[in-house]
Amino acid sequence: MGIYTVTELNNHIKHTLTSDPVLDQIWVQGEISNLTKHRSGHYYFTIKDENSQVSCVSFRSINRNLRFEPETNMKVLVFGSIDVYTLRGIYQLRVHDLRPDGVGELYKAYEQLKTRLEKEGLFDVSHKKAIPGYPRRIGVATSPTGAAIHDILNVITRRFPADILLAPTIVQGERSAKSIEHAIEILEHANVDVIIVGRGGGSLEDLWSFNEESVARAIFCSSVPIISAVGHETDFTIADFTADHRAPTPSAAAELAVPDMVEVMRHIESLSVRMEQALTHDLSEKKMHLQHLSKMIGPERFRDVLRQEYQHIDEITARMVHLMRTIMNTKRSSMKVCSGRLHAVSPLRTIERGYSIAVRKDDCRAIRNVDDINEGEILELTVMDGSIECNVMGKSRQTITRDMTKEV
Amino acid sequence: MEEDIIANDKNENFEDSIEELEKIVDKLEHGQITLEESITTFERGMKLAYRCNQQLVESEQKIEQLVEENGRLRQEPFNPIE
Repeated sequence: MGIYTVTELNNHIKHTLTSDPVLDQIWVQGEISNLTKHRSGHYYFTIKDENSQVSCVSFRSINRNLRFEPETNMKVLVFGSIDVYTLRGIYQLRVHDLRPDGVGELYKAYEQLKTRLEKEGLFDVSHKKAIPGYPRRIGVATSPTGAAIHDILNVITRRFPADILLAPTIVQGERSAKSIEHAIEILEHANVDVIIVGRGGGSLEDLWSFNEESVARAIFCSSVPIISAVGHETDFTIADFTADHRAPTPSAAAELAVPDMVEVMRHIESLSVRMEQALTHDLSEKKMHLQHLSKMIGPERFRDVLRQEYQHIDEITARMVHLMRTIMNTKRSSMKVCSGRLHAVSPLRTIERGYSIAVRKDDCRAIRNVDDINEGEILELTVMDGSIECNVMGKSRQTITRDMTKEV
Repeated sequence: MEEDIIANDKNENFEDSIEELEKIVDKLEHGQITLEESITTFERGMKLAYRCNQQLVESEQKIEQLVEENGRLRQEPFNPIE
């Protein structure tokens, strides 16, 4: 036995403790205190009961996968292995997994997840898909032996002849979350129109997998609309909030998924009746319209057309006569004006005033100047009431001006 | 005619058929359509109503479950334990 260095001692203790199978991978129950969340992402805390406490360390890689956020005073189940921090000579529980312990803690974890997913928008109405009115095939993710599948089959077979495809699912315990995720995934690719995910009633712990984030995400990501039906009316799980439709029970989910065949047939019947009525109505309306049209071209109508035309012709004739009269009057008065003007310039008017017209007897040419006639020839003077024959005795040339005529 | 309807049965989706039927009733009730059109529409509607009814009455409901074997999925009839 020599003298140990501190390091040697701590290393030996570490070796002793870590090689003890009793201290490896154990569950420890307790309450969190002195919780420090380091910026590095590692958590340091102690868990305690009434009499004792133990240090714990939970590294970032573990914390990332925790399904809830640890808080001081929370009752937890720690799954981990005993380890020694040789630098300070303390032993501690190195955490592999951490779970809320008891209903209160489960509820707290549930509230945390609900708040987070809600913030992220997983429950938004805008993401909800409509449930088809008449599904051909319905996928069901539940236990093949549970009460839920019984209820669902009962309701659907009673109501509507849609095919049913069950994806046998573990709905309780350790592997249930994975199983539910998987069932949704395979049903999504199995050509179903809607998926019912659920199980019958149970304790909060029994229903817990429907509060797991991975299940919520599988529901959210499904391209096929999902109806959730978990437990009883009063149970609200995260799956319910995420699903496109929440049914209070599996039976209710089945009723939501399919219509009642009797009602559908009644609907078809009423559509047929309405169709017949509409056609009958349409036909009688067309018939009435036809009667109306044929009345329009009947003999009475024809006579009326003739009467109208006669009257029209009379009207036109009257207008024509009136117009002709007006035109004649206008022409007549303009002729009067013209003849008056003509009369004013007539040579007869000149003769009336005492002038006479002299023409050569031989050829009746008018005499305008001295050279137009020779001595000895015969002139004829036309006067107002006849003519006078004259012999030309002599001629003398003389210019007549307007002034001279004034003097004369 | 009868054969026509039966032959088309499998290709026609029930939901599509009933939707078309509803549209036809609406058209007949409100649409201004010609006599020929209203009669062919009516005939189509009656055929659809008949077909929908037949589909409901005659369809055989299949109840199956998915079974995974060696990583492969298969569908087989499911009989719940009474």
